[in-house]
Amino acid sequence: MKRTTLAASAALALAWAAQANAQANELTLCWAAWDPANALVELSKDFEAQSGIKMKFEFVPWPNFADRILNELNSGGQLCDLLIGDSQWIGGAAENGWYVKLNDFFDKEGISMDDFAPATVYAYSTWPKGTPNYYALPAMGDANGWFYRKDWFNRDDIKAAYKEATGQDLREPQSQKELLQIAQFFQGREIDGKTVYGASIFTERGSEGITMGATGALYAWGFKYENTPGSYDMEGAVNSPEAVEALEFYKELYKTATPPGYDNAYMEQSLDAFKSGQVAMAMNWFAFFPGLYADPNVGGDKIDFFVNPPQNVAASTLGGQGISVVANTDNMDGALAYIKWFADPEVQKKWWAAGGYSCHKAVLEDPNFVNTAPFAGDFLEAMNGVQDFWQEPAYAQLLLAMQARLHNYIVADQGTAKEALDGLIADWTEVFQDEGKL
Amino acid sequence: MTNPIEAAARATPAPIARRVRGLSDRTIAWLFVAPTIFLLLAINIFPLIWTVRLSFTNYAANRPNREVEWVGLRNYTRILTDDGIWANMQTTAHFLVWTIFLQVVIGFTLAWLINRKFRGNDLLTTLIVLPMMLSPAVVGNFWTFLYQPQIGLVNYAVELVTGIPASSFSMLGPGGLAKWSIIIVDTWMWTPFVMLICLAGLRSIPDYIYEAAEVDRASKWRQFWTITVPMVLPFLMLAVLFRGIENFKMFDMVVLLTGGGPGNETLLASIDLKREAFEKWRTGYSSAYAIILFVTVFGLASIYVKALNKVKER
Repeated sequence: MKRTTLAASAALALAWAAQANAQANELTLCWAAWDPANALVELSKDFEAQSGIKMKFEFVPWPNFADRILNELNSGGQLCDLLIGDSQWIGGAAENGWYVKLNDFFDKEGISMDDFAPATVYAYSTWPKGTPNYYALPAMGDANGWFYRKDWFNRDDIKAAYKEATGQDLREPQSQKELLQIAQFFQGREIDGKTVYGASIFTERGSEGITMGATGALYAWGFKYENTPGSYDMEGAVNSPEAVEALEFYKELYKTATPPGYDNAYMEQSLDAFKSGQVAMAMNWFAFFPGLYADPNVGGDKIDFFVNPPQNVAASTLGGQGISVVANTDNMDGALAYIKWFADPEVQKKWWAAGGYSCHKAVLEDPNFVNTAPFAGDFLEAMNGVQDFWQEPAYAQLLLAMQARLHNYIVADQGTAKEALDGLIADWTEVFQDEGKL
Repeated sequence: MTNPIEAAARATPAPIARRVRGLSDRTIAWLFVAPTIFLLLAINIFPLIWTVRLSFTNYAANRPNREVEWVGLRNYTRILTDDGIWANMQTTAHFLVWTIFLQVVIGFTLAWLINRKFRGNDLLTTLIVLPMMLSPAVVGNFWTFLYQPQIGLVNYAVELVTGIPASSFSMLGPGGLAKWSIIIVDTWMWTPFVMLICLAGLRSIPDYIYEAAEVDRASKWRQFWTITVPMVLPFLMLAVLFRGIENFKMFDMVVLLTGGGPGNETLLASIDLKREAFEKWRTGYSSAYAIILFVTVFGLASIYVKALNKVKER
C-alpha cells in the first residue's frame, strides 16, 4: 500500500514538474483574429527555432476582442504572456499595472524608440501620452484607408457617364466631398447587369465601428477632442462648425451611397460588400489590404488603394497596436526575449514582407519601400497624419458614449449633428468628472 | 423480512449512531438542509448584499488601483433621472407587452385548435414546438439573414405581397421597424411554449363539464367563455409569468439581431446594463442599475403571483 502511494506521489510530482517545465518553455501571444495574426504565426516560427520556446496563440474575433481580453487582464488571468492590444487600452493597462513598463528593458537591450515611426511610438507605446514611458513596442501600424474597383474606374463607358453627370473626370477622390460625389454616382448603377452601390463604410453599433468610420470624416474636417491638449475643454472643439459639417457629411454618405440594409456594418461587412462586387469603394484598415490585393476575384489589377481623402486637413483614423508583456506572465524572460527578437530590424523587414505593417524606420525609410506593395505609399502617407481616439483609462465609457450618439444621429435619424455632438460633450464631461479630471 | 430503516440503523457505525441518537429531529433536518442553505447564501444572497453595497460606491472592477469612494445615492439618482434609461425601460416595456400579448393570443389559439383529434396531430405539435428547441444564438443569426434587405426572405415576401421593393426598407434598420422585428422573432420562437402550457390546461378540463353544459343547452360560445377560459386561465397566467420574467432579461437574441440599434431603438434594459457593467466597467453604477431592475421585476412578479393565487382559489 505504502509503495503504491509512493509511486503515485512520484508520478504526480513528475507530471507537475513536466508541466511546469513545459510552461516555462511556452509563450502565449494574444491578439485579434485577422490576416496579420496569421502572418505573425508564420513569422514566429523563426523565434521558436532560435529560442527553443514554443509559441502558442490566442486570437479573438474583433467584435469580442476588447471584451474577452480586457476581462482576462482584469481578472488577473494568465492566458496571455504577450498581448498585442488596441492602442486605446494603453492608459488603463498602464495605470492598472497590466502591462510591464519596458523602459529599463529597452535601455538594457539597446532598443531605441527613435528607430520607430514617431506617430506609432506616441500612439502605441506611451502613457501618459507623449512621455517617454513605454508600455509596448510598436508592432502593427495601421490606419483606416480606402480601396476601389480600379477596373470600373478605368472603363470608358463609366468614365463618360461620370463626366456627363458631374462634368469632372473619374479618378481617385482627392477630397471627402469628391468621394461622396463618386459614391453617389455609383449608387444603384447597373454594371455588367448587376446593381452596384457607392461605398461600404463603418456603421456598426456594438463595439467601435461607427466611431472609427465617422472619425475618418471628422478628422479630415479638422476635428479636435480638446481646445488645448490635456485640458479636457471640449466645448467648441468637439462641436465645432467643422465637426458638425463632417458629421452631416458622413450621414449623407451613409444615407445616399451605401448598400441597402447597411446599418450595422464593420470590417467584415465592408470586406464582404467589396469582395462580392457590390460596391465601387470601401473603407477598411490597411491591415486587410494585402489580402484584398491577393483576392482572385477583386484583387490584382482590379483594385487600387487610396489614403483617407482630406477635406480641410489631411488626416486618417489610427488603427494598429503595440506588443506588450503582460505583467503576471509566468515566463517573463521568454516574453522579453520575444520583444527583443521582434524589435530586430531584420525581423521587422520579414514582418512587412509577410503581411504585417512594421513601424520600424529600417522598413519605412527604405527608399524601395513604396514599391514593395501597391498600398505601401498610401500607408506611409496615412501614418503621417493619423489621429487616435481618447486613450484615457476610461476610454471604453468615452467610446460607447460616442457609439450611441453617432448611431442615433447617423443611422437612426434622431436629432441633428449639433445635438449629437453637444450630447457627446455632456457624456464625456460626466466621465471626466467621475475621473476627477474636470 | 427486515425493515430497511432498521437495517440502515444497524449498519451505522456505533460511534456515529451514538452521536446521532443524541440529536433531535429538528437538528437532523437542519443538518440535511444546511448545505443547500449555505450554497444559497454563498451564490445568491451574498452577491446580492455585495451588489447593494457596491451600488453606493464609484467602484470600477477594471480599475483596482483607483480609490473606491462612497457616493451615497448618487448612482440611484443618476439612473432615475436619466432620460436614456427611461427610454430603455420604455423599449423593454414595449417588447415585453407586445411579445406576451402576441404569444398568449397565438399560443392559446394554436392550443385550442390542436386540442382536437385529427390525423397528424402529433406531428404537427412537434413541428410547432421546433423553434423553442433552437438556441437563441442560432435564432438570432438565422433571422438576421431572413431580414437581410437584399437576400432575405422576409423582404422578398413583402415585395411579393405589397409590391414595395425589397431593398427599399430594412427590418432591422432605421424607420421604426426594428422594435417590431425583434418582437416577431421572439414570438416565433416562444409561442410554442405558451401553446404547450395552454394545451396542458385545456386537456386538464374534464369532459363531463362540457357534457353537463351540453345538457343545459349552453352554446359553444358560452362554453368557451364560462368553462374553457376560466379553467385555462391559471395556466395562461403561469405562462405569462414565465415569459414576462424571461423577456425582461432578454439579451442574446436581440444583441445578435440589432446590437441594441439602430441608435438605441432596441436597447433593452438588460443590454444596457451589460454594457454599463462589462464594457464601460461602471461597476458601482451598474450595481445600482441591477438593483433597480431587480426590485422592479420582484415587485411586479409578487403582485402578479398574488393575482395568480386569487384566480386559482376561485
